[in-house]
Amino acid sequence: MITGTKTKPMMMILSLSKDTVQVQREQDVVLLRNRIREAAVKIKMGLVNQTKLITAASELLRNMLRYGGGGNCLIEVVTRGRDNGVRLTFSDKGPGIEDIAAAMRDGFSTGKSLGLGLPGAKRLCNEFDLKSKPGEGTVVMILKWANG
Amino acid sequence: MSFNTLKLLQKQKKNILETWMKNQLSDEGLREDLISNEDLRTQSEELISALVANLSGEDLADLEGDSWNPVIEILGGIAITRARQGFSPRETGRFVHTLKEALLEVLQHEVEDPKQLFEESLKINRVMDNLSIVTFETFIKGREEVILRQTDEIAEISTPVIRVWDGILALPIIGTLDSSRTQVVMENLLQEIVETGSSIAILDISGVPAVDSLVAQHLIKTVSATRLMGAECIISGIRPEIAQTVVHLGIDLSNIITKATLASALSYAFKVLRLEVRKSSSVQKSNSL
Repeated sequence: MITGTKTKPMMMILSLSKDTVQVQREQDVVLLRNRIREAAVKIKMGLVNQTKLITAASELLRNMLRYGGGGNCLIEVVTRGRDNGVRLTFSDKGPGIEDIAAAMRDGFSTGKSLGLGLPGAKRLCNEFDLKSKPGEGTVVMILKWANG
Repeated sequence: MSFNTLKLLQKQKKNILETWMKNQLSDEGLREDLISNEDLRTQSEELISALVANLSGEDLADLEGDSWNPVIEILGGIAITRARQGFSPRETGRFVHTLKEALLEVLQHEVEDPKQLFEESLKINRVMDNLSIVTFETFIKGREEVILRQTDEIAEISTPVIRVWDGILALPIIGTLDSSRTQVVMENLLQEIVETGSSIAILDISGVPAVDSLVAQHLIKTVSATRLMGAECIISGIRPEIAQTVVHLGIDLSNIITKATLASALSYAFKVLRLEVRKSSSVQKSNSL
């Protein structure tokens, strides 16, 4: 498990709204991106953070489509004290990740891509959590605060 | 279906057709703008002939049977044409449902015994319901084809190669850049470079909503391919938020010439081609007046 640096365990993160989107094809990426943008606009997230969140989401989505054979994405608007944010949870039932430490390294790819998806998504977000069991699937959670 | 009813329906074919046509023509959803009455009659007649010819004995409820193929084929053909012509699902559904009503109406006139009438009606219902399911499946398939064709058309339309100057091509990319789009973009661009003998290509990504590592990879590939053709490729339209995101992602675009706007990319291209854009003296005079 890899956790972001800015976690404040003292305060509870509350979920305000939930929305699940199924992702099975490449076309669903556009739909999901629009949903995420809607959630981000609702909490008045700035353009730069919106773009970062959407880019991170689209990295994870592509991973999910390519390696996990599609899955679900849970979009949540969350709040912690005075901060609002968007939390995305991507879960698939694919083959899982064998070596998580390697997968989080820049330039590592089992496919032919640049190998920036997972580490890049982590850098673009405030919190990042990856759980994976070989043979059972992968769950990735990312969180971006509106002014984080 | 008992032998009697079958015979009856075959005998009453004309009657059924008339009742059906009457039903269809009096229906509110009749689309005279999409199909002429003659065409409608021909379609209906064709379907009834196939249907009556097929109402033989035991395999009535079993639409998987081979004997049903002609009916399904005709019905499928009608449904697909209707989907393309722009009929609504309700209108297409009514087409089959009015036939069912017509069949039942004729049956009601001809069969006296209530028990027999009920049994025969049940059978007809089962057949016609199955047929309407087939109609819907085909109709939706037809619609999906329309959607797929439009997707292709959009992909085609959205990747124009523009000759902005002698030797300079511009390619505005609008929308998401996925692998298939990249393929189209690259093909069009490389082809145009050959045809026009251009030495500079400008890829404008102002209309791309998000640049993730896959999009970046596609861009890098396009640039490399352009360079192999002996032309230089400039990427323009990089918005501030995109620039920040790309840096955070860790994508290295330093080998590529990038500009914030199409205008600055064009002026860079002019510089490379040693062209100069100046206000002409006569215009200056008229300005000063």
